[in-house]
Amino acid sequence: MADAILRLEGLRKAYGALKVTDDVTLDVRPGELHAIIGPNGAGKTTLIHQVSGLAASDSGRILFDSADVTRLTMAQRVHRGLARSFQITSILPGFSALENVALAVQARSGSSFRLFGDASRERGLNEEAMSYLAQVGLGHRAIIPSGQLSHGEKRGLELAIALATRPMLLLLDEPLAGTGHEESERVVETLRGLKGRYTIVLIEHDMNAVFSLADRVSVLVYGRVIATGRPDEVRANPEVRAAYLGEEAA
Amino acid sequence: MNEIATPSPAALDVPRAPALRRYGVPVLVFAAFALAPIAAAQGAEGYILSLLTRVMIFAIAAMSLDLILGYGALVSFGHAAFLGIGAYAVGILASHGIESALVQLLAALGASALFALVTGAISMRTKGVYFIMITLAFGQMLYFLATSLSAYGGDDGLTLPSRSLLFGANLLKGDHAFYYAVLGCLLGCYLLCRSVVASRFGRVLRGAKENAVRMQAIGFAPYRFQLGAYVLAGTLCGLAGFLLANQTEFVSPAYMTWQRSGELIVVVVLGGLASLHGAIIGAAAFLLLEEVLSGYTEHWKMIFGPLLVLVVLYARGGILGMMGGRHG
Ligand SMILES: Nc1ncnc2c1ncn2[C@@H]1O[C@H](COP(=O)(O)OP(=O)(O)OP(=O)(O)O)[C@@H](O)[C@H]1O
Ligand SMILES: [Mg+2]
Repeated sequence: MADAILRLEGLRKAYGALKVTDDVTLDVRPGELHAIIGPNGAGKTTLIHQVSGLAASDSGRILFDSADVTRLTMAQRVHRGLARSFQITSILPGFSALENVALAVQARSGSSFRLFGDASRERGLNEEAMSYLAQVGLGHRAIIPSGQLSHGEKRGLELAIALATRPMLLLLDEPLAGTGHEESERVVETLRGLKGRYTIVLIEHDMNAVFSLADRVSVLVYGRVIATGRPDEVRANPEVRAAYLGEEAA
Repeated sequence: MNEIATPSPAALDVPRAPALRRYGVPVLVFAAFALAPIAAAQGAEGYILSLLTRVMIFAIAAMSLDLILGYGALVSFGHAAFLGIGAYAVGILASHGIESALVQLLAALGASALFALVTGAISMRTKGVYFIMITLAFGQMLYFLATSLSAYGGDDGLTLPSRSLLFGANLLKGDHAFYYAVLGCLLGCYLLCRSVVASRFGRVLRGAKENAVRMQAIGFAPYRFQLGAYVLAGTLCGLAGFLLANQTEFVSPAYMTWQRSGELIVVVVLGGLASLHGAIIGAAAFLLLEEVLSGYTEHWKMIFGPLLVLVVLYARGGILGMMGGRHG
């Protein structure tokens, strides 16, 4: 246990007859960037939902930082250091980029039942939020209503919000989804900067990004983990080639 | 990692609409109410004072609803229940000889808060149409409870011996005194709600309205904040009920019909959702239109209905939106 910050044990989830997560057992080691790849519909997002607490698991256990968090709410898991981003951008479009991040800082500060004082002018919250925006290269866009940011900027904002929860573990669901070439370069650079400072579970379809960033890779097919290992091991794995990478190479 | 310079702290201050835009309309509204009695002294004074007092009382009720409806997207269809609770707190205590405004007010606010806490905790477990239905059901429960209280007049309601006593004296008896007392309450409610909406608490409430999952994913439990807002809104509406009983010196189940709850929603939408002072403008527009139109025909709602449809269709921000005086 000591060598895993996150351990999934026999995790299952079905939607009707469809087994979306099928007996997933997986260790994520402290400090590593662990990529999870798999074809469309393999159940990657569902797995992240289960680990983050957005979706309940049918059976199995989720151990995080030596504690069983299987029954905790998403908010409780966040307070323990488990943060996530969303494949489909999930921000507060009517709030400025700064306030999106400042709210995450506020959530950590523990006193949100204050009825007085203008929260949007709290320097302490804003300055810390600003540092996270700067990390993803959005410092100059802080006061723009986040709904008006470009798609790539919104992806960056998702990251900044997750960072602002001061996580131990980041669950990133396709941070590159829908970004153009230049934008995706920028996000990959940002991820490279985060690597080592946080433990990261990265779901990504962009194989260049995955194989250049990941310390280890797990392959999910039809809800099952068919392989886990170093990128070169996984790439050489015949089962993986047949099930997944083969079609990529074609 | 990147070359973006960290901006100076001054740059963190979000730019705002000019002060005139932000405060102009509310200041005008309150100035108008403060000065109206002077203008009313020119004629029909009693009638005008009483109508405007009614407007302000309904404005408090509607503003409290705006707090949860406009800022929390919680469509409560039972908000008039709190008008009833506030009013019955006055009526029931007065009928037992307790006429102190302070005691009655504390009872009105306390009972409203408690009812909001209990019904809110249950209602808040549902969403959308179910939330509307369950708040309606709680409102109706209270309405039928009131009609069955034969000791307190049942269907017919009960008449108060006098207005509540301040320091043992009938200080609220005069129409002017009462008018300004209500204006003070309205101003107090407005300032409190303004503060709440901008506060840390209000920001979580507004965030949960936009995207509850996002709020959970940064560590908030929206339920607690929505329930808190529901209790605050119910308590403020209880204050409106306290004032309503005092104005009319009469209490009846009619204060908490579901139609009244519907009217409160209409008032908020008519004035402009999520603006607070829009509720004052909506209350004024609603009651003045009712007064004028019902002078022509008892079927005044046949005229009012289409007007409301036009507002909803063409002026999403309500009357405030048409005036261009909204701010975030
Ligand atoms: N709420 C739901 N109800 C029913 N079926 C669902 C639900 N969510 C996901 N599914 C199904 O579960 C399967 C896995 O979906 P999931 O989104 O987890 O896949 P994914 O690996 O993230 O795919 P992608 O690479 O396209 O993002 C899909 O077949 C999907 O249709
Ligand atoms: Mg997915």
